[in-house]
Amino acid sequence: MEREHFSKQYDVELTDIRARLLEMGGKVEMMIASAIKSLVERDSSLADWTIKFDHEINTLEMEIDEKCMEVIARRQPAGRDLRFLTLAFKIVTDLERIGDQCTNIAKRAKELNDEPPLKPFIDMPRMAAIAGGMVKEALDAFVRGDDQLAVKVCTDDQLVDELNEQIQRELLSFMIEDPHTISRAININYISKCFERIADHATNVAEMVIFMVKGKDIRHTIA
Amino acid sequence: MNAKVQLENLNVHFGKAHAVKGASMEFPENSVTAIIGPSGCGKSTVLRSINRMHDLTPGAQVTGKIVLDGRDIYEKGCDPVAIRRRIGMVFQKPNPFPAMSIYDNVIAGYKLNGRVKRAEADEIVESSLRRVALWDEVKDRLKSAATNLSGGQQQRLCIARTVAVKPEVILMDEPCSALDPIATLKIEELIEELKEQYTVIIVTHNMQQAARVSDTTAFFYLGELVEYGDTKKLFTNPEQKQTEDYITGRFG
Repeated sequence: MEREHFSKQYDVELTDIRARLLEMGGKVEMMIASAIKSLVERDSSLADWTIKFDHEINTLEMEIDEKCMEVIARRQPAGRDLRFLTLAFKIVTDLERIGDQCTNIAKRAKELNDEPPLKPFIDMPRMAAIAGGMVKEALDAFVRGDDQLAVKVCTDDQLVDELNEQIQRELLSFMIEDPHTISRAININYISKCFERIADHATNVAEMVIFMVKGKDIRHTIA
Repeated sequence: MNAKVQLENLNVHFGKAHAVKGASMEFPENSVTAIIGPSGCGKSTVLRSINRMHDLTPGAQVTGKIVLDGRDIYEKGCDPVAIRRRIGMVFQKPNPFPAMSIYDNVIAGYKLNGRVKRAEADEIVESSLRRVALWDEVKDRLKSAATNLSGGQQQRLCIARTVAVKPEVILMDEPCSALDPIATLKIEELIEELKEQYTVIIVTHNMQQAARVSDTTAFFYLGELVEYGDTKKLFTNPEQKQTEDYITGRFG
């Protein structure tokens, strides 16, 4: 178990930042789930809810940034505290971007819901589930300081990349066969790309967790 | 980088107390090395060993080697006075000679070498005071008492007195702990400049100060050298858990 600081207040501040990051992570996971649901179940009101909900993520981003800055100013953190705070700053940015991606997905889902379905979604929900799982695991890895789990997240990214490519190929065949499908296919393609980006953000977080735990920077080294 | 000073299995005993336990490390030339650690960890003892200040302490026993430019300063025939001319020391509280003027304070150490011509003394006083960025503040009152200066100015005067002897190594034992933050920053700025010409070793309680001024840092605990290395690494990602607990304020 981690030792406590001499200053209890310092511990309270760091614990608070950790809790808020988790809260933000939980909310982002909810957004991913509702974004894919609004698409698969053609539920535009859920899409609207997702778009509006992004506001909460943005607020949390600003609050966490401010708290991190305050601790740095007051405590001059060093060692693992410094690595934690640097990481928190960056994780917040990645989580906020994931929220933005969910908003983009929901907007395209609304457009798609106004038209007849092109095809049933099979790979997309799988992709969303993996990407959502990666976000969750990256944050779990962060909370537990579990670098093994973080490594798993980094490798899972490949599954999402493969699904994305598969969806793109499939959409291409639809578009070649029937140009009337193009506008819908482009929207679906865009959504697929959004999930792929979400997985990338989760991978960023996981890489930073490895840095926090091991003090070793593995960014730009895993293919 | 060249090692200017090396400790080889340094042990210091005060009677039965084992204050420094087998420390071996190097102090690179023309760089600043900070020694940090909680009270009683042996950091000041190490510093004081480097210019043989324990020689006259009753019951003190120093074993192992302290090598300055390849020669053990504790070997027989090595004159402690000559050593101290090469290894200057600045203390925690500014200690200008109270009965002397600013001018006389700066030249006091140098004069111990023998008679000094007036012009030569003038030049040494000016260059030493310039070196510590005090010249502009005191040039019009060189003959006034050193004790009239502020604490920060007195400390810079003491550094000027050390520099006047043209040492190679400057040891600093908590040089800023009696100073206000601005005076502290001036001394830190000065330390940065001093390393161009000298090898600086500083003992400090203030970890942020060690992080700010030093190139390498050594962490001592209970008389043992726990970790020694690049300051940036030691304050962001130290090797030892003990070091990490200390620099993050978790030591208990």
